Amino acid sequence: MAKYHVTTTINGDAVEFLCEPEQTLLDVLRDELYLTGSKEGCATGDCGACSITLDGRLVCSCLVLGVEAEGRSVETIEGMADGDQLHPLQQKFLDHAALQCGVCTPGVLVAAKSLLEKNPDPSETEVRYWLAGNLCRCTGYDKIIRAVLDAAAEMRGA
Amino acid sequence: MNDAAHGEYKWIGTRPPRPDGVDKVTGRAKFGADTALPNMLVGAVLRSPHAHAKIKSIDISKAEALPGVKAVVSRDDFQDMPSEMVPAGEMMVNYRDMVRNVMAREKVLYDGHAVAAVAATSASVARRALKLIEVDYEVLPHVIDVMAAMKPDAPLLHDDIFTEGVEPVPDKASNVAKRIEIGFGDMAAGFEAAAEVIEREFDTQPVHQGYIEPHACLADVSEDGQAELFCSTQGQYLVRAHCARLLGMDVSRLRVTASEIGGGFGGKTVVYIEPVALALSRKACRPVKLVMSRDEVFRASGPTSGAHVRIKLGAAKDGTITAAEAELFYQAGAFPGSSVQPAAMCAFAPYALEAVNVVGWDVVSNRPKISAYRAPGAPISVYAVECVLDEMAARLGLDPVDFRLKNAAKEGTKAAYGPKFGPIGMIESLEAAKAHAHYQAPLGPNQGRGVASGFWFNIGGETCVSLNLNEDGTLNLLVGTPDIGGSRASMAMMAAEELGVDMADIQTMIGDTGSLGFNFLSAGSRTTFSTGMATVEAARTVIEELRRRAAKIWEIDVDAVVWEQGSAKPAGSNAGEFEPLSIAELAKQAGATGGPIAGHAEINAQGAGPSLGTQIVDVEVDPETGGITVLRHTVIQDAGKAIHPAYVEGQYQGGAAQCIGWALNEEYVYGEDGRLQNPGFLDYRIPVASDLPMIDTVIIEVPNPSHPYGVRGVGETPIIPGIAAVANAVSGALGIRLSQIPMSPPRVLKAIEEAG
Amino acid sequence: MARVVLTANFALYTGGESELELEAESIRQLLRRLGRRFPDLAPHLEQGLAVAVDGQIYQDDWFQPLAPDSEVHILPQIAGG
Repeated sequence: MAKYHVTTTINGDAVEFLCEPEQTLLDVLRDELYLTGSKEGCATGDCGACSITLDGRLVCSCLVLGVEAEGRSVETIEGMADGDQLHPLQQKFLDHAALQCGVCTPGVLVAAKSLLEKNPDPSETEVRYWLAGNLCRCTGYDKIIRAVLDAAAEMRGA
Repeated sequence: MNDAAHGEYKWIGTRPPRPDGVDKVTGRAKFGADTALPNMLVGAVLRSPHAHAKIKSIDISKAEALPGVKAVVSRDDFQDMPSEMVPAGEMMVNYRDMVRNVMAREKVLYDGHAVAAVAATSASVARRALKLIEVDYEVLPHVIDVMAAMKPDAPLLHDDIFTEGVEPVPDKASNVAKRIEIGFGDMAAGFEAAAEVIEREFDTQPVHQGYIEPHACLADVSEDGQAELFCSTQGQYLVRAHCARLLGMDVSRLRVTASEIGGGFGGKTVVYIEPVALALSRKACRPVKLVMSRDEVFRASGPTSGAHVRIKLGAAKDGTITAAEAELFYQAGAFPGSSVQPAAMCAFAPYALEAVNVVGWDVVSNRPKISAYRAPGAPISVYAVECVLDEMAARLGLDPVDFRLKNAAKEGTKAAYGPKFGPIGMIESLEAAKAHAHYQAPLGPNQGRGVASGFWFNIGGETCVSLNLNEDGTLNLLVGTPDIGGSRASMAMMAAEELGVDMADIQTMIGDTGSLGFNFLSAGSRTTFSTGMATVEAARTVIEELRRRAAKIWEIDVDAVVWEQGSAKPAGSNAGEFEPLSIAELAKQAGATGGPIAGHAEINAQGAGPSLGTQIVDVEVDPETGGITVLRHTVIQDAGKAIHPAYVEGQYQGGAAQCIGWALNEEYVYGEDGRLQNPGFLDYRIPVASDLPMIDTVIIEVPNPSHPYGVRGVGETPIIPGIAAVANAVSGALGIRLSQIPMSPPRVLKAIEEAG
Repeated sequence: MARVVLTANFALYTGGESELELEAESIRQLLRRLGRRFPDLAPHLEQGLAVAVDGQIYQDDWFQPLAPDSEVHILPQIAGG
């Protein structure tokens, strides 16, 4: 079975990889590129642990084929911090203890970042509905929502 | 030795950031599936499509012949184990059942039961290889529901189960593995004396722990039989014990490293794919990565029991409970061993009773072997008990909190399961509930409020830690319990408090099985308690040694040296005029004064204190759709002493959310063919962010006298009261009491319809 | 003399006797003496149990001392999740 050669941009870097046609973008990120920050929780687009943005659009990378990354721009959790400067969302998650086991955290952060890019001043309800596609089993979402609202406020004020 | 009376703490009770936090918000932290090794193979498991069948033959030859396949294993690669209960690091396990659950032998006993496994050069080759394995099944009738499985003509899962705990021992095999009974007092007299008697029956469905990270491991067995295993687990030492046993290895030759763990809640306290990965790696002589898909997690790892529960309660007019009776029928899954025992012990535990009796039945049926889910067994029995308590309060015209206060257990009360309680926070949690703004808030139309209380024992157990003072005065604390929810920080805080140093100077690390002696799991609400206790002991040993070194340097008696705020000081002016020696200064001189300075502790922590709690829930019911919205949820629970309050709050909130899912939406749906119909997060509906309100928490602190800081475990109790609190709220909103969970919209609509 | 209460199923192996008195200085001594008095009970005392002494629960703690008038409950082992 011949592999496809894909040329793409990941977190701003030019990247090339080989993949089988049935490999998802999540498979490629994790197994071919060793970017294991995006997690597989379900492989059916229900849990959001694999959330990335594709040309700026929030998607589940388990629902995107590796070959679909050709010529497009992929942003993952690994690109969220700027060198050693955490993104305000990442910092607020630490400040609010908005993670327990941490496995859903990358997906939630990518999704929250995408929300704040579209809507810098969301209400609690808007945050909850935007994050409804990111399952968390540990926290009950309370501290996550507080962290996102607090980060939004800081980003507006800064 | 309880230092809770000290008063002002520098670190205990504060909220510093967790040391593994940055790795977790950047995606750097390594969970079970996040590593790879050179020459690695990918594993895949073939699972039974039948709920119950004899395996007549397994032919792996075509799979073995497929290019890229390097190993295929089945029952022939696992030695059979005799049936006997053996302690496996404090737990009792029957390895005969475990080896069969890991890889089916004579029969498959549930949809998803592992039958064979392959290791291949890629996932796609592995998938194709599975299709080439030929299994000849003789399909048998199956049974899943617990009551159906108890019937005398029910399909029989095992021919050697003769109900334990009944007299005389039956001569016919059945699916009823065990009967248990606890209690005391004169039940007949108790019911005689009651002004009101209520008897109700309830049904619950199996629910899964729902951890977002599926089971995952990477096994590497070398040609001489030494092995390394990297896996997501709540207890690397138990994984080592079970795998070594199943593979016939010396424990010392298997090194297990716990990855970061993406949720466990009791579901990752056992082994499923780990022995299989090791067996494949041993056969292929190459590393094998084996990860469960979400489908496999639901079909093949252990959810809770589904159950049928009968409660009978008698109370006097003034609200005193005169008799409390329960009968619990619990699914164990494919092999005996449900959590009906602790369920029985917890059912009425928060109350002071004259007459109590609980009978429990452990019943096998054709679904996965159960695994613990937080406080195993108790959420189900307490759901039923607390619903009946609510109904009794209403019947007597009493406020539900007052009714519980009237009967609340306290220090010296004889617990329903036997011994007298030490200090406990039941009354405190009820009074805090009553005083909380939530309890007084007005309710609107179609809204209702429910209250419930719960109890969990918490445990201690075997724990080893090692605390090493580095040459620059910083310290490394090595612990053996995986960090599920921030415990690295809590341990560093306790060590810093003891040593009088900055918490940032202490790095907590989780050791693999080769680096420390045996550690029991991160489970049972034991981690902060036990690993904390061992940490404190190790820190005190370090302090003793630091004092000795200072004494040598000053040439005075060690009794004349005190340790204060991170430095050795002379005890008084009589001891001599010496400038304090800081920990850093002593560390620098450690080599010359006797060698590196360290403390360690190997304990079997005893004295765990129970955690009691009360929860208040408000719901709104939509009578047209049957949909239920949780409007408000408050968790009030005793932590003894909250080392890091944010992590305690997190446990309360997470458990509350799980209660909501258990009460409203989550259930295993089986088809007529015995196959699980909803093995995915789309149709197995756990609460999402838009389902829940903010969850308020109140941390009560009734110190546990057996812990240096008064700590009580808190991780499990939060999952107990919430289900009944939701159910009681729903009945308040609807005016109808449902007796089944989950209270999904179709069930609610049916109840409304039947009530007319 | 310690006062011993056998809870749960343990009394099934003593012919129904669930409360008795026994002299013992440690948990281990108590369990061994119990096992000698009730041979059917002995195998169930080797593992899989918890012992509450004056309200404090001990698991796998053989040498925990008993006071002359301790109240001891034999309980099933408690685990967790």
